[in-house]
Amino acid sequence: MTEINSNTPMDDLTIGGNIYQAGNAREFKTGDWRSSCPVFHEEKCKQCGLCFAVCPDDSIPVGKDQKRTDFNYDYCKGCGVCAKVCPFGAIEMKEGVNK
Amino acid sequence: MSIRERLSGNEAVATAMKQINPDVVAAFPITPSTEIPQYFSTFVANGSVDTEFVAVESEHSAMSACIGAQAAGARAMTATSANGLSLMWEMIYIASSLRLPMVMNLVNRAVSGPLNIHNDHSDAMGVRDSGWIMLFSENNQEAYDNNLMAHRIAEHKDVQLPVMICQDGFITSHSIENIELEDDETVKKFVGEYHPEHYLLNRKEPIAVGPLDLQGYLFEHKTQQANAMRNAKKVIEEVSKDFEKLTGRKYSFFEEYKLDDAEIAIVCMNSTAGTTKFVVDELRSKGVKAGLLKIRMFRPFPTVEVAKALSHLKAVAVLDKSDSLNGAGGALYEDVVSSMYVAGNNVPMVNYVYGIGGRDTKSDDIESVYTDLQEIAKTGKIDNPYRYLGLRKGDAK
Amino acid sequence: MPYNLKEVVANKPSRFTAGHRMCAGCGAPVVGRMVLRALKEEDHAVIANATGCMEVSTFIYPYSAWTDSFIHTAFECAGATLSGAEAAYVSLKKQGKLPEDEHTKFIAFGGDGGTYDIGIQSLSGAMERGHDMVYVCYDNGAYMNTGIQRSSATPKFADTTTSPAGKVIPGKMQSRKDLTEIMVSHHLPYVAQTLALNPFKDLYEKAEKAIYTKGPAFLNVMAPCPRGWGYATDELMQINKLAADTCYWPLYEVVDGKYHITYKPAKKLPIEEFLKPQKRFRHMFKPGNEWMIEEFQKEVDRRWQDLLDLEEVTNK
Repeated sequence: MTEINSNTPMDDLTIGGNIYQAGNAREFKTGDWRSSCPVFHEEKCKQCGLCFAVCPDDSIPVGKDQKRTDFNYDYCKGCGVCAKVCPFGAIEMKEGVNK
Repeated sequence: MSIRERLSGNEAVATAMKQINPDVVAAFPITPSTEIPQYFSTFVANGSVDTEFVAVESEHSAMSACIGAQAAGARAMTATSANGLSLMWEMIYIASSLRLPMVMNLVNRAVSGPLNIHNDHSDAMGVRDSGWIMLFSENNQEAYDNNLMAHRIAEHKDVQLPVMICQDGFITSHSIENIELEDDETVKKFVGEYHPEHYLLNRKEPIAVGPLDLQGYLFEHKTQQANAMRNAKKVIEEVSKDFEKLTGRKYSFFEEYKLDDAEIAIVCMNSTAGTTKFVVDELRSKGVKAGLLKIRMFRPFPTVEVAKALSHLKAVAVLDKSDSLNGAGGALYEDVVSSMYVAGNNVPMVNYVYGIGGRDTKSDDIESVYTDLQEIAKTGKIDNPYRYLGLRKGDAK
Repeated sequence: MPYNLKEVVANKPSRFTAGHRMCAGCGAPVVGRMVLRALKEEDHAVIANATGCMEVSTFIYPYSAWTDSFIHTAFECAGATLSGAEAAYVSLKKQGKLPEDEHTKFIAFGGDGGTYDIGIQSLSGAMERGHDMVYVCYDNGAYMNTGIQRSSATPKFADTTTSPAGKVIPGKMQSRKDLTEIMVSHHLPYVAQTLALNPFKDLYEKAEKAIYTKGPAFLNVMAPCPRGWGYATDELMQINKLAADTCYWPLYEVVDGKYHITYKPAKKLPIEEFLKPQKRFRHMFKPGNEWMIEEFQKEVDRRWQDLLDLEEVTNK
């Protein structure tokens, strides 16, 4: 975990604003940006893969079995790109932060 | 073992760079520093160094490439002058704020405009608040020696700031003088190897450099830089002492020339100090108690030490080879005056802007300053502290 | 092994993480992430980013959305900055200071402002010097980070905040600079133009070639901006498809001077199809402004024909 925040004393900040934990942005949740929310209807999903790479926020988990699971709502900003590319109606956008 | 040679200031710097053998040099030609990358690229072409020489398309890219190289974990060096430094300006601040201990040789020249390729210090003065350590050199020997010391100062864990080494364009960069060089092995040993703690090329610990640094952090990051600059003083002192042990050549924050018992003194930087020493000797032979304080370490500025060294004087003249165009006085003058004021030293002080655009400053000119100082010492009066030396039509009004 | 999207996404971890703060529906992270997926998993990367949307959203202290090493210095010098890092790598490797059997690849990302405009000198220099690196321009056709100002990548007639469609001047009056062709003129071993088109084969394969071709390579990737272009955030992939199908943004590569068009639409669509969903072109559809669409179409047709000709000529 990144132990730096805006109360951290000066001497404990990394110099130059360097970050030594690459990829730690994952600790910053963007899910509360959503104003509409994708709902994954697994039963309709054919695992075609068309939504796998279109998510700007990397919020569609894909396992080693090449199958996707439900959205990662910690990060999903609700843009709806995934719903629009799904040919099977397996992703439905609903108003609001939560499904 | 020291080796006696005859080299120009640029050759001396290139020789130091060859002995330092940095991993990357990125540079762009600009008078009067051009010879440095020229000589150096010959070393590269002949396989005398391990350096990757990046012949960039501009000085902005030279500094950017040095930043990329140093952040990647390499020792990076460059050289430039005047407008080249102006073009780098944005990156100069970024290099120091990213705490990258690179070394740059600045062969001082007038910044345009109008265009002029000759020496003054307007280039250096433009970056005096950029967070670089700035060392000034009277001659080829000092330029060489400062290079040998620079990496150890820059890379010290309490510092981690870039170092800029200044010398006067043409006056020293192109004049061939005697010099004592150290042998390659001695230099290698003195400079040491560079082992950064965090660097881009360390795949075991990928890092991110150069964030968007918002209101909650930038103030602290800048103050960390300011503290590193404060720490640099002690490190410069230590490295200079080590260097003296090795070579017998003594360096401090500044050089005091016949200052101890002086009544009047000049404060200046770079090659003018050589001319001033000559004048001091002449005046001393006539019984005038003249002295000189030559600043070597301009950033960080040795406020307390300068104030102490000048405290006993009856009058002081600060020579600025750059006009700040601010209606108040040159940059060095302001630093010296504020140092004195804070220390409670009430010595009459006067400023001379001189040598702009390579205007020759002769011993007669320097002597006229001491003549003025004698008058000020006698009366304690200064009509106009912001003066010009060697300018036609006398004082600017 | 032939490209398979599902395999790539399943087996290659994302090197451009969630938790970045680019806008919802932004076209750029999709591109950046897929470009990085083209890296061999065992290879380390040093990524340089020009100041722009991507930089200020992915590395806000103390959070980095990059799992590789990352450096940002300023707006106009991603090319030069990365060239320095690459030179450091070459030097340290030569001196035996880095393990011989481990590899680092060098990838720069810049928006069109940082690439076509203020950064073109730095880019040109880095490419000409032959550093082993890839420069990826994500082209969203304006300075989006500062609030949608026109750049030299902005298409003609587009309404931006510094080329507003007014009563007298109907948007940007100059044509878009063709940066891809400028980079071709650098005679690089690999230059390509692409965009994110499901199943991302074109983008992935070009990124892979760019990364693993020795020497300098350039990728120009259109990356739509819902805010700046004025379309609903969910239409990213449809806008991309229309750009390809109208030949507004041809997909092609130039390998050692030989052109290869990698996507030829079965039916080339009229340019209105691409323009219509975007508010930045709305004024072009007002009565009396038909000439603007005609002119736009002519320009697209001419450039497409040029490409077809180049493909033919260079492969003779």
